[in-house]
Amino acid sequence: MNGAPNLFEQQARNRRQTAAWVVLFVLFFAWLGFGGDAALYFGSVDQLGQAHYTVPWMGIVVTIIACGVAWYSWTNGPKQVLWSTGATEITNPQTFEEKQLVNVVEEMAIAAGVPRPHLFLVHDPDPNAFATGHGPGSASIAVTTGLLQGLSREELQGVVGHEMAHIRNFDVRLMTTIAALVGVIVVLSDGMGRMFRGGGGRGVGALLGGRGKKGGAGAIALVILVLWLVTLILAPLISRLMAMAISRNREYLADATSAQLTRNPGGLAAALQKIDAADAPTTSIRSGAAHLCIADPLGRSANLKEGRLADLFGTHPPMAKRITILRGMAYQQLKAAGQTPVG
Amino acid sequence: MWFLLIVVVVIAIWVTGVYNGLIALKNQTINAWKQIDVQLKRRHDLIPNLVSTVKGSMEFEKDTLQAVVDARSKAMAGGGGVKGTAAAEGALTGALGKLFVVMEQYPDLKSSQNVRDLQEELSSTENKIAFARQLYNDVATQYNTRQLQFPANLVAGLAKAQVAELWEIEDQAERAVPQVDLSLKPKPQA
Repeated sequence: MNGAPNLFEQQARNRRQTAAWVVLFVLFFAWLGFGGDAALYFGSVDQLGQAHYTVPWMGIVVTIIACGVAWYSWTNGPKQVLWSTGATEITNPQTFEEKQLVNVVEEMAIAAGVPRPHLFLVHDPDPNAFATGHGPGSASIAVTTGLLQGLSREELQGVVGHEMAHIRNFDVRLMTTIAALVGVIVVLSDGMGRMFRGGGGRGVGALLGGRGKKGGAGAIALVILVLWLVTLILAPLISRLMAMAISRNREYLADATSAQLTRNPGGLAAALQKIDAADAPTTSIRSGAAHLCIADPLGRSANLKEGRLADLFGTHPPMAKRITILRGMAYQQLKAAGQTPVG
Repeated sequence: MWFLLIVVVVIAIWVTGVYNGLIALKNQTINAWKQIDVQLKRRHDLIPNLVSTVKGSMEFEKDTLQAVVDARSKAMAGGGGVKGTAAAEGALTGALGKLFVVMEQYPDLKSSQNVRDLQEELSSTENKIAFARQLYNDVATQYNTRQLQFPANLVAGLAKAQVAELWEIEDQAERAVPQVDLSLKPKPQA
């Protein structure tokens, strides 16, 4: 409520960032494909200044593969994430807890002004939750059975509010996009590395040995080739680090939005404390879905403290800091209501 | 000549934009109101179930039950626009809150699964009403601000825009309802 970041700004920023990331990755794919072609082109220049390699096959093939893989993971990514956790959709709530969860999700959807997302249950005793999808129209929220059983209604509402915030702020769309693009990079750099070690080795030998001696074109080929190989090796690592950093910054905002939706920051604070106390890793959630969760399912120590290392490698901000911020909000709320804050 | 034409085209584009913006906001406001309406109807439908379930166990609390039934029929009668609805529904929320407090004193009611389900449904509906009301007020405020601001107000008449009434909470007791409501509930510790 007070001092919460502007949500419309955040939505706009998410849309811009999604577009920027797509452009960045397209450029990167172009470099990955046509950069190799350029090296081959300059490498194939003979004594007479005639290039023998003229059709950019590599670029064409890479472009086709990249488009295919990106499209496939964009459309199927959310489904695969849910499938990999073994989540089952709650279509017909049976127990009291499930009915309550459905009610809480409906309440939060109304509060956020988005259509009710699909609701999934992950059969895991560790409390955790995540959201995925393409946007407010086609999103899913999944909670573990541990979360459902261990949390009170208020706390559940805080967690669902947090996930609903990810959906409304277009965080899920950005995350699905990035996951798709990172997947493409990993597939491509892996495949091309293999190609080079195998059949492509002949071409490299020809580049560096035979015709390259003439200088000029050969030197350009060598420089391009080295740069190209370096990016090929580092690409998966860099793209993963970037995806992590993007996810981390969004957690604070989702916490704040949850407090705004539920008007009860104390609920989420208590929930986070319970989730933090149950520090067993959520085994059914693989690392692929880690950046989507409310708390790091792997229980990595990098998420424990704020610092440069944690900034690089953590997908989530430190739990203690998140709880402190929420407690602060609850205190402000009580003070504004003219009551004496307790605790 | 060209200059005039450009000015006319620019104005036409601007008017179209503002007009469409106002229509969109108007529809959002109507839609937000419907969201509240759905939840209010749901509450009206749930109350007879609750009353008939608890009637047997609460012979001595006829007044409290009657107050809920009366408040419900008054709320269902409707009329009085947003303000009238808000007042009638506020009274119903108050009566229900009192009933829940009284129900706490009947252990056999509290332990009944049926009552627990009904109570969960009713409190959830109450939360939904509160959230839908907030959404409605937000959208309606946006709509009102937009149609009154200069120069959009010049187009407001064209779009048949009218200031939407907000759902104000007058009753102090009703403001406190979410808290009272939540603390009442048995925490499901499985």
